[in-house]
Amino acid sequence: MIPLSSYLILGAILFSISIAGIFINRKNVIVLLMCIELMLLAVNINFIAFSHFLGDTAGQVFVFFILTVAAAEAAIGLAILVVVFRNRQTINVSELNTLKG
Amino acid sequence: MDMELIYLAIPLASLFGAIMAGFFGKAIGRSGAHTVTIAGVASSFILSLMAYNHIVLQAGDIYNQTVYTWMVSDGLRFEVGFLVDKLTVMMMCVVTGVSLMVHIYTIGYMRDDPGYQRFFSYISLFTFAMLMLVMSNNFFQLFFGWEAVGLVSYLLIGFWYKKETAIYANLKAFLVNRVGDFGFILGIAAVVMYAGSLDYKEVFAAAPQISNQVLDIGFGEWSVISVICILLFIGAMGKSAQVPLHVWLPDSMEGPTPISALIHAATMVTAGIFMVARMSPLFEFSEAALTFVMIIGAITALFMGLIGIVQNDIKRVVAYSTLSQLGYMTVALGVSAYSAAVFHLMTHAFFKALLFLGAGSVIIAMHHEQDMRKMGGLRKYMPITWITSLIGSLALIGFPGFSGFFSKDSIILAVGASDLPGADIVHWMVLAGVFITAFYSFRMYFLVFHGKERMDEHTKEHLRETPWVVTVPLIALAIPSVIIGWMTIEPMLFGSYFADAIVVHESNNVMATLKESFHGQWAMVEHGIFSLPFLLALSGVGSAWYIYMKNPQIADKAQQKFSFIHTMLEKKYWIDELYVKVFSDGSRVLGKGFWKAGDVAIIDGLIINGSAKVVGWFAGVVRHVQTGMLYHYAFAMILGLVGLLYLFANPAS
Repeated sequence: MIPLSSYLILGAILFSISIAGIFINRKNVIVLLMCIELMLLAVNINFIAFSHFLGDTAGQVFVFFILTVAAAEAAIGLAILVVVFRNRQTINVSELNTLKG
Repeated sequence: MDMELIYLAIPLASLFGAIMAGFFGKAIGRSGAHTVTIAGVASSFILSLMAYNHIVLQAGDIYNQTVYTWMVSDGLRFEVGFLVDKLTVMMMCVVTGVSLMVHIYTIGYMRDDPGYQRFFSYISLFTFAMLMLVMSNNFFQLFFGWEAVGLVSYLLIGFWYKKETAIYANLKAFLVNRVGDFGFILGIAAVVMYAGSLDYKEVFAAAPQISNQVLDIGFGEWSVISVICILLFIGAMGKSAQVPLHVWLPDSMEGPTPISALIHAATMVTAGIFMVARMSPLFEFSEAALTFVMIIGAITALFMGLIGIVQNDIKRVVAYSTLSQLGYMTVALGVSAYSAAVFHLMTHAFFKALLFLGAGSVIIAMHHEQDMRKMGGLRKYMPITWITSLIGSLALIGFPGFSGFFSKDSIILAVGASDLPGADIVHWMVLAGVFITAFYSFRMYFLVFHGKERMDEHTKEHLRETPWVVTVPLIALAIPSVIIGWMTIEPMLFGSYFADAIVVHESNNVMATLKESFHGQWAMVEHGIFSLPFLLALSGVGSAWYIYMKNPQIADKAQQKFSFIHTMLEKKYWIDELYVKVFSDGSRVLGKGFWKAGDVAIIDGLIINGSAKVVGWFAGVVRHVQTGMLYHYAFAMILGLVGLLYLFANPAS
């Protein structure tokens, strides 16, 4: 039987990888979106692990909701990405700095 | 009839005339304006005579009542009230009488002026202000009247407001008077501080107690009463045009002639003299203040008279003679001969108004030419003006029997009898003043009325006597100029006329000394004919006649020989230049300094623009934090999250 801590460590590792991806990646916005998805998946693993070990199905219901929302968010994110590319001819993260003061 | 109503009606009648002519001048028209103001002032005059009858002839009660309390602040009452005693009643009659003559005269003098109604409104308002001043029973109302006559004087000097010199003159008069008023209000403040009241009666009652106190004003300790008196007298110096605050009076001749007669000869300038006489219970306690008053008066009397000799403008000669005569009054105040000062004030009011109106009559006939060098021989064209001017001049120089003789000789005798320090020098100064007065008065008289006719042909053709509205006031003023001195010297100087109003201490009582040698008017006239002042006056007239009629080259020769003295007199001892250079330019430099250093550098540069710059600079530094990079924002969020988690994990810390 795999203990709960292993699941949680897996979730933490996935979450950290995604954060590192957000910081280190300076090239591509698509990678950024993928990192965010990965973050959500890390959270989902935590939900399922707790749900299983506590015997409470509410966590699994949450995972379904999160997956749905993540799918919708990915669709909107990619759509925005297309519009950005159409306007700027680039999806390079370092060049998307119009918020600069 | 109730006397209180009469006293109230006296100033209000003039005010009513002023309001009618001022605010409704268009509606009531030119003749309406002079009718209503003359009616107002005439009723003031008649009521003043009734008051005179009540107080003096029937020996009625002195009126000292508050009619209105404006406010009470910390126990200090600000009131409108009247004190009507013999001094007040005399001033009221002089003010309203001369004012009435001037009103009538103005109809002729200002006939073609577009500001006719405005002028009548102003002179009526002036009469009101002066009446409020003399009738007040407290310092507050005194100050109101004081400032109000200053204001109306400003308006009247600048009456012809399109004339550059008139604007300059009225500003000058106003500013110089501010200097005096500053001292005056400080004096009133000192009175309030030490006596705790504005009411004359209470202040005078507190005077003996105040006189023991001393005050440290920065350089040594001074007796409180001396400080109060000198400060009040500084106010009088401004209003009564004493050296060094005299500079405004000659320039005020820029205004129309009637106001020169009314304000700058007969009434307003005497406010200072009146005030000091009224304050005699205070001044008597301070020998220092009295000496100061006497010396200032003597300087004014002598040195301003000297300037009169070199003036060519007919009105300016009269103006300088006014300054000099005011100096005489001030000298009399200084030697505690208050009654002589007020007596001279009264006689002077009549003959100086007469001389001014006579000069105005000449100016009308000469088509507003004021230069005496272009006149001469007017005697045969203008007989009434000639004879009245001669009477005025004789009264001015103190010819025995004329009113000026009694008052001026009394002052000179009083100075001789005084034992204040410096009184003997002052005595010689006022004696010299007699010669100078006679010299310039008759220089003017001879240049205008006798000798060659120096005007151009056109003026000469139109030369004739002025209309009756001008000559009637001249005659009406000439009569008191001759007889008033004779009639009133005995009760006013040696009787008990001023016993209630004026306080003189035993040790200063020069009038009592004079009284011993006074044996009736005839004796005084007879004695006067052989006395030094008359001989001096006579020699003044003689030398004026010799120099300007008989042998005119002497004047030119003297002018060349003593060119320095002549220039000095012509430039009025460079006092104007000094004031312009030191005070005007100095304050301008100071103002520019404050503007550049204070306003531009500190307020604009440092506080306003400086603070804006600091904010801008700080923002410029901080904005680099906003990189626009998503991962920087995300990093900041993570940092914040970690920080929060840390806090949650260790709530104890």
